[in-house]
Amino acid sequence: MLGAADKKRSAVESGSEKVAETATATAPGDLAQAPMAAKAKTIEARNVNLYYGAFHAVENVTLTIAPNKVTALIGSSGCGKTTFLRSLNRMHELTPGATVEGEITLDGEDMYASGVDPVRVRRLVGMVFQAPNPFPTMSIYDNVASGLNLNATRIKKAQKDEVVERSLRGANLWDEVKDRLDKPGLSLSGGQQQRLCIARATAVEPEVLLMDEPCSALDPVATLAIEDLIGELKSRYTIAIVTHNMQQAARASDLTAFFNLEESGKPGRLVEVGETETIFTNPTQKATEDYVTGRFG
Amino acid sequence: MSAISPHPGGALVSGGILPKWAPYGVFLGAAALSAAVLAAAGSFSIGLTLVFGVLLACVAIYSWSRAVEGPRRAVDRVVTMAIASAFALAMIPLASLLFEVAKRGLPGLSLEFITDDARGVINGGGAAHALVGTLVITGVATIISVPIGIMAAIYLTEYGGGKLRRALTFFVDVMTGIPSIVAGLFAYALFELFFGPGIRLGVMGSVALSVLMIPIVIRSAEEILKIVPNHLREAAYALGTPKWKTITKIVLPTAFAGLVTGVMIAIARIIGETAPLLVTTGVIDSINSDPFEGRMQNLAVYAYSEYRSPGVDKAASYERAWAAALLLIAIVMILNIVARMVYRRYKTEIR
Repeated sequence: MLGAADKKRSAVESGSEKVAETATATAPGDLAQAPMAAKAKTIEARNVNLYYGAFHAVENVTLTIAPNKVTALIGSSGCGKTTFLRSLNRMHELTPGATVEGEITLDGEDMYASGVDPVRVRRLVGMVFQAPNPFPTMSIYDNVASGLNLNATRIKKAQKDEVVERSLRGANLWDEVKDRLDKPGLSLSGGQQQRLCIARATAVEPEVLLMDEPCSALDPVATLAIEDLIGELKSRYTIAIVTHNMQQAARASDLTAFFNLEESGKPGRLVEVGETETIFTNPTQKATEDYVTGRFG
Repeated sequence: MSAISPHPGGALVSGGILPKWAPYGVFLGAAALSAAVLAAAGSFSIGLTLVFGVLLACVAIYSWSRAVEGPRRAVDRVVTMAIASAFALAMIPLASLLFEVAKRGLPGLSLEFITDDARGVINGGGAAHALVGTLVITGVATIISVPIGIMAAIYLTEYGGGKLRRALTFFVDVMTGIPSIVAGLFAYALFELFFGPGIRLGVMGSVALSVLMIPIVIRSAEEILKIVPNHLREAAYALGTPKWKTITKIVLPTAFAGLVTGVMIAIARIIGETAPLLVTTGVIDSINSDPFEGRMQNLAVYAYSEYRSPGVDKAASYERAWAAALLLIAIVMILNIVARMVYRRYKTEIR
């Protein structure tokens, strides 16, 4: 199973290299600015505690999201994976009553320091959500360009065209939609919508991409397409992905962090983190082994 | 198969089925029967016939259906008939009102009625001044109410929280129930402070109508903004979009069709107001399209004054009152049709 996925991925990768070549040929100027080879940023969380009002949701998590790697967050429902992910780009605090303790840094800079604008943090740390959520009032083109439009980035139409094409190519969606860019984003299938959302998130060129169960609403074929895409994106971004799918974590990630909940009502904790292969074949904790082998959770 | 089921039709068929016309036939029969009985008793009336007809029809369809189709279908038939009757009952006042207004108003409706005012005419003239007044007063009221109402709704859904939000929502609800004459007196008292007693201006009417309109706009806009899914706001935030841009570029466009519909409903609600305008805009016979200068007529007040103080030819005055009422209903209907068209054109799929 893994072998087949790998074969498919390498095929797609060689395809995308071709795509990248043509893109370079047509638009050499702007691609030079794109952080293609640049090392992405590291997120470090130290002793992070997250609360919803009085409810303690996540306890004392210390975790590094390594650059240009895919870090999978796994664990049973309600153990705080998504809550933790949302604290990494200051989305957690949007929930009324939600608070954060501890330190989260982006390349050494404290995200929660006073004077840091959460809007700026979210520019650098993008997010893809569980259900595809293209803006219903916008076309495919405008959805991808929405980050630029909404952030009042004044750029020329030609440049915007370029960003849209590059982002859609990056999301392996360009060939499917290039003839109907003016159609509504919602006219696409679920899997295409999710890739549109990834294109939208990458169009603003963030440093880090957070993905909250990006495939849970998709069929296996669309899921594989997204996983291939994640494999390609890690050359440019730091990626953290929450997933309930063990095979997905095994296939798509380099590092895996296992969260667990001792009992309901108690806060979720980080049990173990390590190379994905180690976590799946030779975990140090009993709870991790039980979870990844499907004996529990 | 027949070995398993006691019914001849197989395991899935529980009994026979009544013909398609059964509910209508039963109702007509029941109505005819009750009409005959009432006539024989010497107390025939349409109302009583309908009441007894419905009751009788419910009993009849139940027994017939129970005998043929079984108890579950029979209950279904009775409830369907009762609900259909309730719907018909609710439609009767509306239909008879529309019919009556059309019947009495159409003869008075003519081109002159819409283009002429009533200045210097002893008996007759048109309602152009009232039509212009209605449009201007309502238009200014809309210009005042829509920005205030929608911004208040944005505050309530996007910013406000806790006790303040609950208090505001409560007062908006209270405002919805303000008697319209109180709104008129409020506007009068407000302008009297600045311009002295006896002041009558078109804009005073607009202010009075705004007091009635703002809570309606807030309520409808709030409901619409609430159903804009939160994941769209989060998607915008995750792109590094400031809150105000998320509201203006994502939330409001997504809610646009619903907001327009809400505003149209609010306009339809206030365009026929009479009492607050009597005390604020006064009565006048000639066209005045300047809301900041002099008195202003409007259709509802026009209809009222034609009825209250008819001219020498009373019948003609009454006819003009009905025609004004018809014109008002037509405007409301056009507004509703426009609202529906806007809604169809701009509605966004919200999941």
